Amino acid sequence: MSDDRKCECGHTNPIGTVLCESCGKPLLMTDAELEEADNFPSMRYEGMARRSKTYSRKLVDKVWNFFSSVKIAVIIIIITLVMASVGTILPQKMYVQVPLLDEQMTRDYYSGTYGLFGDIYYLLGFHEMYNSWWFVTLMAMIGISLVICSLDRIIPLYKALRKPRINQHLAFYRGQRLFIPLPVEGAKELDATMDQTKGWLKKRGYKIFGEGTSILAEKGRISRWGPYINHVGLIVFLLGVLLRGVPAFHIEEFIWVREGQTVSIPGTKLFVKNLEYKTEYYAEDEYVEELGMKEGMVIPKNFQTDVIIYKNENENLPGAEPNLTQVKEGPITVNHPITYQGISLFQLDRREQILGALNFTLIDMDSPDSKEIGEVKIDLFDPSSEIKVGENYVVRILDYFPDYQMGTDNRPQTKGVLPNNPMVAMEIVDTKTNVLERVAYVAGGFVQQNENTPRFQLATHMPDLIDSSGLIVRKDTMLPLILFGAIVSMIGLVMGFYWNHRRIWIHMEAGRIYVAGHTNKNWFGLKQEAKFLMKHLNLSNDLVAVQDKDKKKNT
Amino acid sequence: MGKEKRIYMRIGVLGILLIALVFAIYSSISKPGLLKVGDEAPNFSLKDREDKNVTLADLKGKTVILNFWGTWCEPCRNEMPALEKIYQKYKSDDVVVIGLNVGEAKLTAEQFIRQVEVTFPIWFDSRKEVTKRYSVGKMPTTYFIDKDGVIRVIKTGEMTERVMEQLLSETKQ
Repeated sequence: MSDDRKCECGHTNPIGTVLCESCGKPLLMTDAELEEADNFPSMRYEGMARRSKTYSRKLVDKVWNFFSSVKIAVIIIIITLVMASVGTILPQKMYVQVPLLDEQMTRDYYSGTYGLFGDIYYLLGFHEMYNSWWFVTLMAMIGISLVICSLDRIIPLYKALRKPRINQHLAFYRGQRLFIPLPVEGAKELDATMDQTKGWLKKRGYKIFGEGTSILAEKGRISRWGPYINHVGLIVFLLGVLLRGVPAFHIEEFIWVREGQTVSIPGTKLFVKNLEYKTEYYAEDEYVEELGMKEGMVIPKNFQTDVIIYKNENENLPGAEPNLTQVKEGPITVNHPITYQGISLFQLDRREQILGALNFTLIDMDSPDSKEIGEVKIDLFDPSSEIKVGENYVVRILDYFPDYQMGTDNRPQTKGVLPNNPMVAMEIVDTKTNVLERVAYVAGGFVQQNENTPRFQLATHMPDLIDSSGLIVRKDTMLPLILFGAIVSMIGLVMGFYWNHRRIWIHMEAGRIYVAGHTNKNWFGLKQEAKFLMKHLNLSNDLVAVQDKDKKKNT
Repeated sequence: MGKEKRIYMRIGVLGILLIALVFAIYSSISKPGLLKVGDEAPNFSLKDREDKNVTLADLKGKTVILNFWGTWCEPCRNEMPALEKIYQKYKSDDVVVIGLNVGEAKLTAEQFIRQVEVTFPIWFDSRKEVTKRYSVGKMPTTYFIDKDGVIRVIKTGEMTERVMEQLLSETKQ
């Protein structure tokens, strides 16, 4: 190898160098091979030694080399894409509408709904793919590959571009895809007007390097950094996504809050109280055009929950009575959350017209004057066991079943906690005389103890109907970082797409002048530039056209 | 850059990336807040049947069988007599059974207690905060907590007396 390192120009290059850092002569080729213009090495990375291509004995180097390969990166990305799409064939567990409380239920759901395929899908763990260790590993490997690929390329590239290639070996110019040996008379002309030509190039936005007879005009070097800036952006993006895994940076929960209820906001020391929920509808005169809607049809205009946010001053011990101080109050509408210290509550769902409380009027048939004693309100979510009515009456609640049914053992029971079919067993007492009578409210009617001559009666009124709001609790501290990464990545893309790195060399050697050109993209544009240059020198366009012979693309 | 320096650079870069990888995997697999066997049982404070404040920490030094139940849950009802038997049998042995009612009105729960005739302490998790903290989904769910306050067994579903005995002896080991 040591033979290859020393170039004939006297410069010693690092191992793995393709084009001599100093004179640009291909190091790994014989002079005979060089005669064939097609053989010229790729100009990518400027023919510099790439770290990963050199040492590979140590484990560290092997790992490094593995991740520095773009081929490997592409394979990882393809595997990730394929697996990610496999994960969309059946619904992920988190999106299954049925509650799946344990593994057995989950397996039964997948095999029951999707048959053998579902069972295999479950057994392979595809039902919770995106959080599985191997999927995360794939994603992380893409990230690692991004970092190492970038480092492995940007350092030599930076070194090469920092030192513009001037006065190169003739083989270097001859190897370029755009290579124009000028006719002798043109050479004289150019030599005489070199300063003018330089000025012409400068006007066209080129930076000129070099003196006298060998110059380099360079433009749009920024284009070469584009991919790396793009990668830095992607890495920042991935880092942000990664840090969302820390609970302090990311909360996503869902809570139901009934009107009047105060609920703890999960993962925080905050509580939220639902003051009022309302759905507003468009009035008929608000329609821009006749919609031909049927009678009674409505279109909702607004879904709104008015809330108060409290902070718990006590330690957040589950179940313990909180000590609340109000910190914020305001409305939540769709897409307009209420936010306190980075924690946002979004309007997502609602249940309207839930039975909240039963309303009765107590009637005492034996009362001498007014038979109507007073109002009885029974809160169906938090019933009190004794309700005082009027001066000397008490309604005691003996039993309460929110969703009443008769159990298999012939005992009354409740199907759930929501008051869908409330049954209330009461005892009505006249405390003056201690006369006592029992009455049960079942399925909208009454069962009286004294069926024929009840002394106490309850007259039913419109029950309290309340609404419940489904709110999303969201905290996403890393979102600005993710956005920043995305913007940087976009800047990188724009730099890479909309600029191109053009270099035009003018080289005089042994009485002849050679023009060579290289660009990282848009060869058509470079050729146009070369044609303009020829025109400027009063030379024929055909000199450039000749270049259109199918030279291998040395980009 | 010397060869030595390069190796250290590479080890450094790969090391940082490895840490990021491990962190990514850890944070995706670990479900924050989800209790496992071996974790310390988080303390909580609730009201008992007499409306007195009670906390789990009060029971330190005792083996605790923490049973989450609801009146509407058939298997909960079924296992109540067995729980009562275990409570009576091991009461003198520093074992406490706590029935933790999940989010129901006290009135509803009380009549259920009268029906199933249990005498062990019943605590009321009216705001379901404890239920959430203990990630109770399917009911009944029973936590067996040892003398040091460490969760030894998490059992979902109905248990027979024999199963309870067995899980209790596992907890006491």
